[in-house]
Amino acid sequence: MKVPFAGAIDCDLHLPSPSMAVLMRHMDDFWREQFVTRRIDRMDFQLTSFPPNTPLAMRDDWRAPAGEGETPLDKLRREALDPFGARIAIGSILHGAIGLYNEDMAAVICSAVNDHLARDWLDHEPRLRGSILVMGSSPDHAVAEIERLAADRRFVQIILPVMGDFLPGKRQMWPVYRACEKHGLAVALHAGSTYRYPPTGSGWPSYHVEDYIAQSTAFENAIVSFLAEGVFNEFPDLRLVCLESGFTWLPTLLWRLNKEWRGTRQETPWLDRPPADVVRERVRFSLQPVDAPADGALLTRTLAHIGSDELLLFSTDYPHAQFDGDNALPEGLPADLQRKIMIDNPPACYPRLAAEAKEIAP
Amino acid sequence: MNAPLVDTSVSQRLGIVDCDIHPTQRSVADLFPYLSEHWREHSKSIGPHIRQGLAAMQAYPRMMAAGQRADAYPAHGGPPGSDLDLMRRQHLDPAGVETGMLVALSKGGMEERNPDYATALAHAVNDWQLHDWVRKEPRLRAGVVVPQEDPAFAAREIRERSLEPAFRQVILSPRSIEPLGRRRYWPIYEAAAECGLTLGLHPAANGANPSTGGGWPTYYMQEHYAFGTNMQSNLVSMVFEGVFERFPRLKVALIESGFTWIPAMCWRMDRHWARMRHEVPHLKRPPSEYIREHVWFATQPIEEPENAAHLPEIIDWIGWDRLLFSTDYPHWDYDDPKYCIRFRMTEQQRSQLFRDNARALYGLT
Repeated sequence: MKVPFAGAIDCDLHLPSPSMAVLMRHMDDFWREQFVTRRIDRMDFQLTSFPPNTPLAMRDDWRAPAGEGETPLDKLRREALDPFGARIAIGSILHGAIGLYNEDMAAVICSAVNDHLARDWLDHEPRLRGSILVMGSSPDHAVAEIERLAADRRFVQIILPVMGDFLPGKRQMWPVYRACEKHGLAVALHAGSTYRYPPTGSGWPSYHVEDYIAQSTAFENAIVSFLAEGVFNEFPDLRLVCLESGFTWLPTLLWRLNKEWRGTRQETPWLDRPPADVVRERVRFSLQPVDAPADGALLTRTLAHIGSDELLLFSTDYPHAQFDGDNALPEGLPADLQRKIMIDNPPACYPRLAAEAKEIAP
Repeated sequence: MNAPLVDTSVSQRLGIVDCDIHPTQRSVADLFPYLSEHWREHSKSIGPHIRQGLAAMQAYPRMMAAGQRADAYPAHGGPPGSDLDLMRRQHLDPAGVETGMLVALSKGGMEERNPDYATALAHAVNDWQLHDWVRKEPRLRAGVVVPQEDPAFAAREIRERSLEPAFRQVILSPRSIEPLGRRRYWPIYEAAAECGLTLGLHPAANGANPSTGGGWPTYYMQEHYAFGTNMQSNLVSMVFEGVFERFPRLKVALIESGFTWIPAMCWRMDRHWARMRHEVPHLKRPPSEYIREHVWFATQPIEEPENAAHLPEIIDWIGWDRLLFSTDYPHWDYDDPKYCIRFRMTEQQRSQLFRDNARALYGLT
C-alpha cells in the first residue's frame, strides 16, 4: 500500500557509488599518485553482493539516468524522497573498498566516500542523513574514522556488511562500539559480505539468489554474536540496526534464543535475562524487504508473534527492487503500527535523531 | 466411574515413532569386527583425521555432561547411547517408542578426511547398526551412514544397504564441504531416490567451513544456534540447485533443527526467486512448492514461544502431515514426549505428529 501520510523517516536508502575520480578529490597526493600509477583509479569496485544489473539491485523504472538538466540529487528527490514523503532519509554508500585486504588503502577510500557523502549529498539536501562507512577488518581505522567525523551530527550511524572478517560481536570490535556509544551513533549491519568466508556454514552456493537469501541467516548469527559476547552489556546505550535483513524470521530467532539461553547461560553469565527481551530492547530492523505473502494476513500474524511494535524502522531500500510503484508499505500493517514504524521508532533508535527532534520541539 | 484419575501420557496412549536416537560405540573397538585388519591397525596407529584443531574433543565444549543426559551414562562405563538395555529401560519402554530411527553420528566417516578410511568406517558403522542394534531390538531402524564427500562410494554403500529393510534412510551432515544441493552430491541423491530411501540431514559437530557465513563463533550457544541456520542454508541449496527437479521422487527429512523457521524461509525464497528466477531457469515452480512436496521436519529441539498457542499456528502453515516427532536421546536437550508439546492438538493431529507421518514417510508398518 501507499504511504498514507508525510513525515516518515526512511532508514535505508542507497546513494550511488562515486567514481574514483570523484573520490580522489578527497585524497592526498600520495594516494592519488598510487591509484593512478597502479591504474586502480580505473577499476570498478562493485561488490559481489550487489551485482548492479541484476533485477534485485535496481528497480527497472529507476534505472534511467538523471534527466536533462537533472542532477543525481534531483533524481533522488524525484524518485525516493518526494514520492514517499520522507522528512528524513538515512543514506549510505556501500563502496567496494571494504572488500580490499590492504587496510590502509581501504581506509583511505572509505574516508573519501564519507567526505563525498557529506560534501556532495548532505550539504545540498537537508532531509538527508548519512552512514559512516568503516572497515570491520580494521577496528583501529574504524575508530579513527568515527572520531574524525563525529562532530558532523548529520552522520547518525556507522555501517558494516553483516558478513566481514569475523563475527561482529567479537571483542576486537569493541573499541568501535565504544566510540559509537560515546558519540551517539547506532551500529548498522547491512546485507552483504566481503566473502572472507563462504556465505553459508556449508560452503559456497552456486547462485546469486542463494547468497541473497543467506543474508537472513547471517543476521541471525550476527545478533547471536552480539548477545553471546556481551556487547549489549558492555555498551548499555548502543543500538544495533539490521538493514535489508528481512524480519519475518524474527519469531524463530526470539524463541530459539530464549531456549538456547536456558541451556547454555552458564558459559555466558553476563546474559542475565532472556535474550529475546534484549533483542526487543536493543536491535532494530529495516522494513524492506518484507518476506511474506502479498495479501498481508500472514504478515499480521507474524507481527503478533514478534510481540513488539518497536522493532521495525521504515525503509524503502531505494533503489533496490523490493516493491512496485509507490507501495512502500506491505499489506497487513495495522494503522497504529504504520505510525510507529515511520514516525516514532526511528528517533527512539537513533540518539542523534532524537536529539534533533528535541531541538526542534518548542 | 471408568474415567482415569490421572491422564495417561501421550506415549502410553499412542505408540510413538522417535525420529532421532543416537547409538554410540563404547570405543572404536566396537567396530573392529567389521573392519579389515588394515583399517583396525589404522584406527589404532593413525586414527581419525578431521577438519578441526582438536582431535579428541569438541572445539566448542558442550554444556551438560559433554552434551549428554547426565543420567544416560551406563553404570558399567561407556558413553551414553552405547548400552541397548539402558536405552530400552530409560527411553524406548517408558516413552512408548513403537519405532526408533537410529542416527549414528559417531565414527561414521562423514567427517573423516582420508577417503578410504571414511568409506571403511561408514561400512563398518552400518554393519554395527545392523548386528549390534537392529537385529537385537526389533523396534529400531537404521540410517545408512556414508562417506559423503566421496559420493561415488557413498552411492555404492546406499545401494548395498538398501537391500536390507532395516535401513530406512540415508544420513548426511549439513556441515559438508559444499552446500548439499551442489552437483558433486547428486550421485548420492540418485542412489537414494532409486532405492526409495529418504535423506535424513542431521547436524554434525565438525565441518569443513566456519559454521556461520561471518566466521567462527566463540561460544557454544552460537555454535548450537548455527545448527539451525546451516539447515536453512542446505534446504535453500537443495531447492535452488535443482535437486528436486532432477530427482522428483527424493524425500528429505531435516532432523534436529526445529521447524518454526520453515514458513518465513519459504516466503523469503519465493519472494526473491520471483525477482531472480532468470538466474535459475531449472526451477519450474516457486521454491515453497518443492518443499511442500519433498521435505519433512523433525521437531526437536522444539521451539518454545512465550505464547505456546503460536506454535500450532505455525504448524498450520507448514502442514500437520510434515512434522516428525523426535527426542534426540540420549543428548542433553532431549525432548521428552510427555512434556515437550505444550499446546492443544486434535487426536488426529496428535497421531500425525507422534506417529503416522513418520510411518508414512519411512514406510514403517
